Amino acid sequence: MLSWPILSVTTFLPLAGALFIMMLGSEGEAEKRNARWVALWTTLITFAISLVLVWRFDAGSAEFQFVERRPWLAGTINYHMGVDGISLPFVILTTALMPLCIIASWGAIQTRVKEYMIAFLVLETLMVGTFCALDLVLFYLFFEGGLIPMFLIIGVWGGPRRVYASFKFFLYTLLGSVLMLLAIMAMYWNAGTTDIPTLLKHGFPASLQTWAWLAFFASFAVKMPMWPVHTWLPDAHVEAPTAGSVILAAILLKMGGYGFLRFSLPMFPLASQEFAPLIFTLSVIAIVYTSLVALVQEDMKKLIAYSSVAHMGFVTMGIFAATTQGIAGGIFQMVSHGIVSGALFLSVGVVYDRLHTREISAYGGLVNRMPLYAAAFMVFTLANVGLPGTSGFVGEFLTLIGTFRVSIWTATLATLGVILSAGYALWLYRKVIFGALTKPKLAAIKDLDYREMITLGPLAALTILFGVFPKPIIDMSAVSVAQLISQYQAAIGAAKTAAMLVK
Amino acid sequence: MNEAFVVRDLYPVLPELVLAVGAMALLMLGAFQERAATAINWLAILLLIAAGAVIFWLPAERLEAFGGSFVLEPYARFLKLLALTGSATAILMSLDYLAREGQNRFEYPILILLSTAGMLMLISAGDLIALYLGLELMSLSLYVVAAINRDSVRSTEAGLKYFVLGALSSGMLLYGASLVYGFTGTVSFAGIAKASANGGLGLIFGLVFLFAGFCFKVSAVPFHMWTPDVYEGAPTPITAFFAAAPKVAGIAMFMRVAIDAFPDIVPQWQQIVVFVSIASMVLGAFAAIGQRNIKRLMAYSSIGHMGFALVGLAAGTPEGVQGVLVYMAIYVAMTLGTFACILSMRRDGRMVEEIGDLAGLARTNPTMAFFLAMLLFSLAGIPPLAGFFAKFYVFLAAIKAGLFALAVIGVLASVVGAYYYLAIIKIMYFDEPAKPFEPMPYQLKAVLAVSGLFNLLFFVYPGPLVEAANAAAKSLF
Repeated sequence: MLSWPILSVTTFLPLAGALFIMMLGSEGEAEKRNARWVALWTTLITFAISLVLVWRFDAGSAEFQFVERRPWLAGTINYHMGVDGISLPFVILTTALMPLCIIASWGAIQTRVKEYMIAFLVLETLMVGTFCALDLVLFYLFFEGGLIPMFLIIGVWGGPRRVYASFKFFLYTLLGSVLMLLAIMAMYWNAGTTDIPTLLKHGFPASLQTWAWLAFFASFAVKMPMWPVHTWLPDAHVEAPTAGSVILAAILLKMGGYGFLRFSLPMFPLASQEFAPLIFTLSVIAIVYTSLVALVQEDMKKLIAYSSVAHMGFVTMGIFAATTQGIAGGIFQMVSHGIVSGALFLSVGVVYDRLHTREISAYGGLVNRMPLYAAAFMVFTLANVGLPGTSGFVGEFLTLIGTFRVSIWTATLATLGVILSAGYALWLYRKVIFGALTKPKLAAIKDLDYREMITLGPLAALTILFGVFPKPIIDMSAVSVAQLISQYQAAIGAAKTAAMLVK
Repeated sequence: MNEAFVVRDLYPVLPELVLAVGAMALLMLGAFQERAATAINWLAILLLIAAGAVIFWLPAERLEAFGGSFVLEPYARFLKLLALTGSATAILMSLDYLAREGQNRFEYPILILLSTAGMLMLISAGDLIALYLGLELMSLSLYVVAAINRDSVRSTEAGLKYFVLGALSSGMLLYGASLVYGFTGTVSFAGIAKASANGGLGLIFGLVFLFAGFCFKVSAVPFHMWTPDVYEGAPTPITAFFAAAPKVAGIAMFMRVAIDAFPDIVPQWQQIVVFVSIASMVLGAFAAIGQRNIKRLMAYSSIGHMGFALVGLAAGTPEGVQGVLVYMAIYVAMTLGTFACILSMRRDGRMVEEIGDLAGLARTNPTMAFFLAMLLFSLAGIPPLAGFFAKFYVFLAAIKAGLFALAVIGVLASVVGAYYYLAIIKIMYFDEPAKPFEPMPYQLKAVLAVSGLFNLLFFVYPGPLVEAANAAAKSLF
């Protein structure tokens, strides 16, 4: 046991940084600089503390660790925090990406810098809190609270259609989530608590499972996003500032997958089994359909956004296959996609900052002027395709194996998506990077500066590292995943026996 | 009967007595000292605080006076403190406005005091007579206050409209009360409860008319039509007053009658409350979308909020009442803060009321914009702000009572409602700045700061309010 509440510190340190920035003076060059530096240091220290988590984490135990519990709302709703092997990777992903986002916004954001940094730091608190919360109401608080800063980030610093995109993002997500809130209430009255570890062992009646599963599905499917409720995503991604897109793709989407893993599958195992064909169908449609849509995009960010939907399809498919490989693959795919899609959006941001357009046709032949950029972009593109040796391959491969054991057809059709992703990703790469440098505007374009190298370099290294050596992530979550599956199988088995007895 | 006993017998009514006697004294002061208007405002605030202190000082148990016509239990104490807060804040917020608009009349705080005395009476009413007495004292003062700006057509129109419709609703309420009396033979809530166990069609008729009157007072659909006009027409500080304290009193009497007088025919009144609640939430959400005037928008918002509060009453359980109490406390805090912002919308020496006038507020006055945005997010019910907890508790009760359809429609309406709150935030944050407003007077700054911080930090330490509401709700059953 640590003597200090390390999870609370990790969660609320960014908030303290935000308060500090709030107290700085108003707009001026010095204040802008101060706000950036404070934000950067806050996120870096938060990241360092989260590394202590990794170091002290006992991967051999499926229990929640670093647990904190304090009375909060009257009654049985407590402030309860803790992480296990399923949530820890996402905590680290969040804290690791935040400093990169701050650096990526260094030059790109020149207006209302102070508010921008505050919004990002508040968002970090809410995101880390979402993954650490061990009480459903607390979880909901963090989960939904994230809408406020993201709404402002898209709306204030976004592109031309930012108002539309921000409203769509906010209302879509809210609509899904309020239904989940009602399910949380129903669970509270059924189990008498909203404590997640207790609920995991509670065993809800089958009828409640069905309704609660659907309500949670409404929320997480929008967040994930799954076809057909994904339409907010391309708009939000395209209009958001670069760092906003990174956070959206890399972390906010993962909350949906995390929710499925943490709540839907273990708490409603019967309903999960019952609805697995639905999930498979939607996942396959997402993989194939959105890949096809991605093929015809003219906007770079939109193309990557659609490819995100397709990649998330692999995650949902793997999770609801409920096999070891499927779930481990789903977690890995989420982490990998967090790194890769974040890096791709950063890469788009690099050329956007120079030319202020995201039209694919505006580029071409960048390799001649930007060799470093071309190399980095290639790593991420190939990871997006799922080339062996990159992290993208491990996740897709594991989810496909996991699903193959449950539903051969799903896995077969999903494999089509791998081919299609090669189609659109390589096509994008060729159009932007290769060919002759004919466009006059590109003639003087500069290669990566040191700040961009700092952001893209570590991500490229991680992409390749996890591609050849995926063990750290898989080991971190292995025991928790094994426990999740054994409990799931036990619940299904018990229900079957009960049904047999009735017959 | 010795004298000491009589005095102690009056203890429960002490807060009302403080207000009533104080109001008389201030009336004298105002009549003979023409220039004392500002001082009277401050004295009125002091009186309201004094009444609150008396409520604190009285023992926290069930006290009765006048043979059960007047009850003071934790339920009444909770709501009375809330109503007093609303009234005192409303006077505080009007100081600067009245001075600038040259309407510093001494009648204004006195009418608010009398109206508040009526509210306290209403909250504590233990029978239909006391209820009507309190209701009329409150309403008649409100009608006059609405029309206090005698030279403005809008204000007089608002007052007149409010009066005519209010009188109609009082008539319905009286008719309902007489039916209830006729079919049960008693006016005391305890007696009605005993007699109503057998049901009976006549009693149900009386119940419906009574509830129609209540709905009017809390501006719930379908008796909401007066709200937008009165909110828009009345001077803004008075609108702020209307939006807070009278709503508290109205909801208080609604719950007390429903729970105390008709505990055995819950299914009969539950369907009425469910319908009213759904209709209010939905209408509040959709009708507000098209509004350009922020006071009209707040009127529709308040209609919606009353719908949400009634979700808790529809449950008809102690959890439900607790939810409504939490809701009202948070609602009052949010509304007063929002009106502090609306009252600060002053440009070139005039009040402006269009939503578009808030354009770019985030750059011209970032602090006010931040607090207002957080209040609006809170009104929309987004966590972690206070408004989320308000909705959380009423829906929690509705789910427990098995009112799933109500809960689902309610949360969907809250998503629709979120749209128009977001639209205001969009104007403040995303649009190009308009001319800045004049600086906020210190009273409004104070109100906004208190309300804004309460709203932001409620989630840190929500225990006390929730516990107090819990104790209050239990005392009603």
